[in-house]
Amino acid sequence: MNGKTVIPFGPQHPVLPEPLQLKLVMQDEKIVEAIPAIGYVHRGLEKLTETKEFTQNVFVIERICGICSFKHALAYCQGMENLMGIEVPDRARFLRVIWGELHRMHSHLLWLGLLADAFGFESLFMQAWRDREKVMDIMEATAGSRVIISTNQIGGTRRDISPEMLAKIVDVVNDVKEDIERVEKVFCNDYTVKHRMVGIGVLSKENAKLWGAVGPMARGSGIAEDVRTLGYAAYGELDLEPVVETDGDCYARMKVRLRELYQSIDLIKQAIAKIPEGPINVPVKGNPNGEVISRVEQPRGEALYYMRANGGKTLDRLRVRTPTFANIPTLLKMLPGHHLADVPILILTIDPCISCTER
Amino acid sequence: MFDMIGNIFKNLGTKPATRCYPFEKREPFEASRGRVKGIEIEKCIFCGICSRKCPADAIRVDRNAKSWEIDPFKCVICGACAEVCPKKCVIMDEAYTQPTTAKDKLTYVQAAKEESQSQAG
Repeated sequence: MNGKTVIPFGPQHPVLPEPLQLKLVMQDEKIVEAIPAIGYVHRGLEKLTETKEFTQNVFVIERICGICSFKHALAYCQGMENLMGIEVPDRARFLRVIWGELHRMHSHLLWLGLLADAFGFESLFMQAWRDREKVMDIMEATAGSRVIISTNQIGGTRRDISPEMLAKIVDVVNDVKEDIERVEKVFCNDYTVKHRMVGIGVLSKENAKLWGAVGPMARGSGIAEDVRTLGYAAYGELDLEPVVETDGDCYARMKVRLRELYQSIDLIKQAIAKIPEGPINVPVKGNPNGEVISRVEQPRGEALYYMRANGGKTLDRLRVRTPTFANIPTLLKMLPGHHLADVPILILTIDPCISCTER
Repeated sequence: MFDMIGNIFKNLGTKPATRCYPFEKREPFEASRGRVKGIEIEKCIFCGICSRKCPADAIRVDRNAKSWEIDPFKCVICGACAEVCPKKCVIMDEAYTQPTTAKDKLTYVQAAKEESQSQAG
């Protein structure tokens, strides 16, 4: 092999929370090529949705991913609502924004912790997860569970949030904001962090477009693309600007996620200030018929759902294109030319969610 | 670097973020979906809606034997059964399921007379 070595990275690796395998073809310390191998956590959930009633599918779909379960359910519910012509009550649309942004916050805080762990900054990792716990507690107090909150249903939401609880959410997010400001200083200014991130894995704007990067990957390279700006749920009535950084390196992608935390806090406060009174769901009548595409912005980027129904209780087909699936090609193109020691950071900055990808 | 040192000193001065678990337990939140505790069997009409709506197929209802059975190890605690029950007799509990040594199902049988009996096994 002309002095080339193949080093398997994963599926078990300290920085990987989920099993992704990359076969790294190395020339000395530099990567020449990366060959992915996925399929370690395939659970056949897409097939399972064809055997369950379309209303039950919400629970199945939430289990595609633990971290962005609410967003998956949201994509499915919005698609089915469009297909069946259901008008969702205003209060439910705002509740969806509040829970959705809480989910983005806990996902990004989790990611920041994992990133700190990847470059060996244990105390920073603990700090980020400590702050995340406040968001998780709010989730459990409002929805009943920490991660798979099961509050979406076709036609609205299953639970309401009381005015006292809404006030408490504002207090908690303000509190979390102070915490984030403290860790942000470390993430943005620390010598160790900068040394590991600045100038590593540069993705130009043209390449990000060419390879189909989504979410914080694309926004870190200067593409102002955010599905939320299309105004689904109640995002249309809230003040929202996509967070964009132009450098395109790992540091820029981290800054995008840090700034998105502030954006989420702002959106939650806006939604709580504007939330109207009224019902939270409408009954679903009849069965779906036809096909529909639904898109939402998840913490990791844009997720695309395709559903086809035939007028019966079950769906003919459900297909999910998750953000990590879209970002893996970009990762493979970015890896060649980098040192082996930079691989964990590069893999983490796409925020891989392999459970999503393999479903 | 000094930012992190500030954080560390602040954390040293405050109480730990974690709990000394077996000795100090956290009270569950009021709205928490901890587990499906069981059913008020004397109220149950054995319509079977809960078992049809269960996404995990954890509930089995037998109209003839007047029995209601849940497999707590299949249950995903979504709360759909409690929501659709016309008699609102499925009981949800906010505390999580305790670990056990055997994978027992929870079976309730309605007594023929007014008296009700419940048994686990």
